[in-house]
Amino acid sequence: MENQSLRLKLRVWRQASSQAKGAFEMYELAAVPVHASFLEMMDLLNEQLIREGKEPVAFDHDCREGICGMCSLYINGRAHGPQRGTTTCQLHMRHFQDGETITVEPFRAAAFPVLKDLAVNRSAFDRIQQAGGYVTVNTGNAPDGNAVPIPKTDADEAFMSAACIGCGACVAACKNASAMLFVSAKVSQYALLPQGQPEHRERVLSMVEAMDMEGFGHCTNTGACEAECPKGISVENIARLNRSYLAAQLSGGGTSAVATSD
Amino acid sequence: MMALTGLFLILFLVVHLIGNLQLLAGDGGRRFNEYSHFMSHSLLIQTVSKLNFAFIILHVLYSLWLSRQAHAARPQGYEGKPALQTATWSSRNMGILGTVILLFLIVHLKGFWYELKFGAVPSITYAGAPEPLHNAYQVVRAAYAQAWYAGFYILSMVFLGFHLHHGFQSAFHTLGLSNYRYKPLIRTVGTVFAILVPMLFALIPAVMHLQSLGY
Repeated sequence: MENQSLRLKLRVWRQASSQAKGAFEMYELAAVPVHASFLEMMDLLNEQLIREGKEPVAFDHDCREGICGMCSLYINGRAHGPQRGTTTCQLHMRHFQDGETITVEPFRAAAFPVLKDLAVNRSAFDRIQQAGGYVTVNTGNAPDGNAVPIPKTDADEAFMSAACIGCGACVAACKNASAMLFVSAKVSQYALLPQGQPEHRERVLSMVEAMDMEGFGHCTNTGACEAECPKGISVENIARLNRSYLAAQLSGGGTSAVATSD
Repeated sequence: MMALTGLFLILFLVVHLIGNLQLLAGDGGRRFNEYSHFMSHSLLIQTVSKLNFAFIILHVLYSLWLSRQAHAARPQGYEGKPALQTATWSSRNMGILGTVILLFLIVHLKGFWYELKFGAVPSITYAGAPEPLHNAYQVVRAAYAQAWYAGFYILSMVFLGFHLHHGFQSAFHTLGLSNYRYKPLIRTVGTVFAILVPMLFALIPAVMHLQSLGY
């Protein structure tokens, strides 16, 4: 297995633009090193296409070390491929069989329109984030660490929610294309910390409203999102968001009483 | 909405089950007939029953609306089929399970609710009773004497079990009542409920069919 290579057939979604009608194309790669990542395999495919004078496949990627959330791809029916807890860039070709046909599709959701081939527009997530995924503080010197005491368990829990990289695998994997895991993680990372409290209710209501406006589906608690999340974000966040949303609605909406200047 | 109506229907199942288990009292149906008389003459029960019908309809209509939303949220599906599913079978097939249960409900309501309310029901007078009662027990016994009818009921309860397996814990999650501490408890109770309640329901046609065969 040391320096083995794989012969692969790829069934790749090609679509010239967001308006164009797409279709699957078959490609063959003669020798893919087992140690290549999935994105490196896509690079090999594109080099081959360029040598043949054809249009390379567009796909999203950036850091290639599993922390930026830019890579996507729906591989053999799974968001980010068959491995649990990995982004596509951290998925290696040793998890595939020699001679296998791999189906590569873009993340599918009305809120994530295809830009070209496998690249989708995930700016809907940015707009949800802008609707309330922040705390209103004055920038300036960094505050002293531990100036505000926070219980260790709360800090850990908030950090686990903050680990969300916004890749959209939760939406891609959900049978309803729901963005609840993403939104609940972005709400939870503040909901557990004292700094997040003043704007909590307003944040919950505006982020949920923004989510609905983007045309994501509803949540039926199947748990597919948690299973596909490369960062292991828990569906407990969704229960917390539901709880917060109900409480915010019952208490008559948000109150924004945050001083924004000195 | 699915959660609230669903939880009400879950509660209804418990009451309905306790009442119906009296069919197996082994007293020729007296307790069941008296219970059935009480239920049909109680203003509270009649009001709750109307509410129950409304909730069933709401549960169905809302699910249809949500399915449309889901379709709009992903107009184009995937072609790749995963080797391993990441969500439980019941959670992915609530619509199919619900449709079967709705079909069962139509047959069930036609067979019993409609018959008892508008059909010709035999009467029975018990010693010491002030008035003759509808012999609902007789209607049920006649229905379950048919093998296909009893079989259909038992099979439907399997579908109900799978529907509850996802629905029970999902309702708590939607209402935000689940967290790390309570989730295992809710799941366990939900699974036990989803097995036990349909099983006890299925026991009634099973036993009564065997009784009709002379066992």
